[in-house]
Formats: sequence, C-alpha cells, structure tokens
Amino acid sequence: MLRDLTKGFFKRNPIFVLMVGLCPTLATTTAMKDALAMGMAVVAVVTCSNAIISLVRSVIPKGVRIPCYIVIIAAFVTIVEMLMKYFLPLEVNEKLSIFIPLIVVNCIILYRAEDFAQKNGVLASVFDGIGMGGGFTLAVLTVSTIREVLGNGTFLGLRFSTSYTPMAVMTLAPGAFIVLGLLLAFFRWRALRKTRMAPAQASVPEMPEAQEATA
Amino acid sequence: MGNLFTIIIGAIFINNVVLARFLGLCPFINSSDKTDKAFSMGAAVTFVMTMASFVTYLIFTYLLKPEAWLLVKLFGGTKIPQIGLQAVLQTAVYILVIAALVQLVEIFMRKSMPALYRSMGIFLPLITTNCVVMGVALLNTSYARVELSLLEAVIQGFSAGIGFTLAMLLMSGVRERIGLLNVPEPLRGAPIAFICTGLMALAFLGFAGMG
Repeated sequence: MLRDLTKGFFKRNPIFVLMVGLCPTLATTTAMKDALAMGMAVVAVVTCSNAIISLVRSVIPKGVRIPCYIVIIAAFVTIVEMLMKYFLPLEVNEKLSIFIPLIVVNCIILYRAEDFAQKNGVLASVFDGIGMGGGFTLAVLTVSTIREVLGNGTFLGLRFSTSYTPMAVMTLAPGAFIVLGLLLAFFRWRALRKTRMAPAQASVPEMPEAQEATA
Repeated sequence: MGNLFTIIIGAIFINNVVLARFLGLCPFINSSDKTDKAFSMGAAVTFVMTMASFVTYLIFTYLLKPEAWLLVKLFGGTKIPQIGLQAVLQTAVYILVIAALVQLVEIFMRKSMPALYRSMGIFLPLITTNCVVMGVALLNTSYARVELSLLEAVIQGFSAGIGFTLAMLLMSGVRERIGLLNVPEPLRGAPIAFICTGLMALAFLGFAGMG
C-alpha cells in the first residue's frame, strides 16, 4: 500500500520516467507559484477521479468505460476550476488560463484510471492518485525552480542577488524545452547507471513501457 | 480580409501551438521520428481541429455563454441566462463533442476513404486526448482575447492545425538526421528531441516581433 503512494514520486515519476502529461509541465512553469497551483490542481483531480472510478468500476460496462471515465474526470476538473477561480489571485489564474480545463485531456489522469483505478480498491487508488499527483507536482516544481532562478533571478518571487543578470530566454518557450530535455537526460542517465551497476538484478530501463503509455 | 490574414500568420508562426503555446507535445514527441508519420498525424489533427472549432464555436455562442440564444429561449424567466452555463458545462461538453467528432470522422473515413483511413487510421483515436484540439477550441471561445466570428474561429482552428503540421514536419526532418548520428546514450530519443525543439522555438521567437 505504501508503495502505491511512493512509486509515483521517483521510480515511476509521470513526467521524468513515464513521460505523460508534458504540456502543462512546460506551459505553467515560468514561476514556482503557478507551478505549485497547477500541481495541487492535478493532485486533487487525479485523487478524486481515481477514488470514484475505483468505486464504480464494477458497475461500468467494459465497452463504454473510457467515455464514462472522461465524464467523471471532467466533473472534477470543473469543480477544481471553479474553486481556483474563486480562491486564487487573478494573475495566477491568468497564467494558468486554458491549462486548468485542459487537465481533462491530461494523459496522467486517464492513464491512472485505466491502468490502476479500474483494477484496484478505493484506498489503494487514492494513494496511487496522491503519489502520481505528487510526482507531477515535484516535476513541475523542479522545472519551475530552475526556470525561475535562472530566468528571473528570483526564488518563489524573492530576489536573491542583486548582481545576477537573469537569462530572459529561460522564462520563454525555448528555455522550457531545453530545461526539460536536460532533466529527462539526467533521469535517463541515472536509470542507465543503476542498471549498469547492478547487472544481476537488471531491470530493463522503463522506456518501452513509457512509449506504450504515451502512444 | 486583413484581419483574417493576421489570424492565419499569428496562428501558424507567432503563436505556434507547439513551439509557443506548448499544446500537443505528446504526439509531437512520439510521432515525429518519421516524416510520413508526422504528416499523417498533422493532417488528422488539422482536420479534426477545423471541425471541432466550428462545432464548439456554435455550441458556445448559442448554448453556453451568458445571454445565449438557446438559454434565453429555454429558461427565459429564470436567472440561468444571466449566468450562462459556461462555467459548469464547458469542459465536459467540449471533450464529449471532440470525442464524438473523432468517432464520426473515423467511421466516415473507413467507409468512404479506405486508403487515407489506413494511413491515418491509428492516429485518429489518439486525437481525442490530444490537448491541442481542446486547447484551440477554448482559445477560440471563452479564452479568446477579442471575440471572434464563426469564420475567424474556423480559420484560426485550421491555421493552428497547419502550424502544428509545420512543427511536426520540421521536427521529423531534424530527427531523421539525428537518427544517423551517434548521440550519447542518456540523450537518445526524447531528451535530444526536446533540446532540438528548444532551438527551433528560439528561431520561432523571431516571429514574435511581428505581432
């Protein structure tokens, strides 16, 4: 049970290892504040939808399960969207703009529903949702920290040095792509090194599976 | 006419859906390794996106937005037309419309254009969960900076599809070359693709001054 919770953070991190749900990782990470809000939204949606789908999994006919999941997910996305519009400041909402309603087509959510929640109990599904959402939050926070520190010279909005000249390109689109590319390479390098150091219990790097998941 | 031209150039180059708006990255990374695959995916997305722009625009203007015609007709005396159904129903309605549309297109193509269906077929069902279609539908309606007309919305959807295809084709050209090179192992595949995309986005930043 505990493994369901922790696996999403590092071993099967949705962004860095499985490579699903990449769009919001790049679009909402110019500032750490926005990334945190986005991460929380995804945690809420994936946990709630996992719980409900796991609850009703025996009732839904196999043939129409995907449309049913999508409607359940859309309901939670709408709730989260309304809550965020009400509670969060206007500039955060403007930054996130279309990426909150777009959580509904985020591959992470449907992938967890199809791969985990429809096969497992409610509690395990909730833990899985929190873990996967947490892994997503961790990933967007990492990307946004790098981009905000390098591109804006601030950390959570606080300026840390007066002599540093920010690299503006990091807050623009190219910086996002390059930072994510390098981070993916880093995680790949770590996985490769691990398999090389322990060839006896060699688990194949998780790439083939990741390809399947996003295809 | 000049307005339409601005929309076309804006959607293809300045606000390219992939390189500036970060939409549709999963198919962009996963099916851009071969040029013909990239073209099929781009064509399928363009087609669905144009149709989705048309349908979602009509639904938004006549059913969802405040004071919409159908809402006034149905719930005349109540408070519903003032608030509109946009906040409650938009996400669910859009995703269902897009899913239904993709299904229809698939059935239609299998019956009438089997050759095209075979080349594009496997990509069609994936388009439902492609955020580029829904993203453009949202940008056409409730998230539009200025209110668009039906023609402008459809043109914007089509041009965004062209922009997506352009990015896919450029990327597949680059990746076919990369396939021949000896890339360090951790960078192989997606990481190097992302770094190349970053360089491409840097080039596309040059268009930003045109806005």
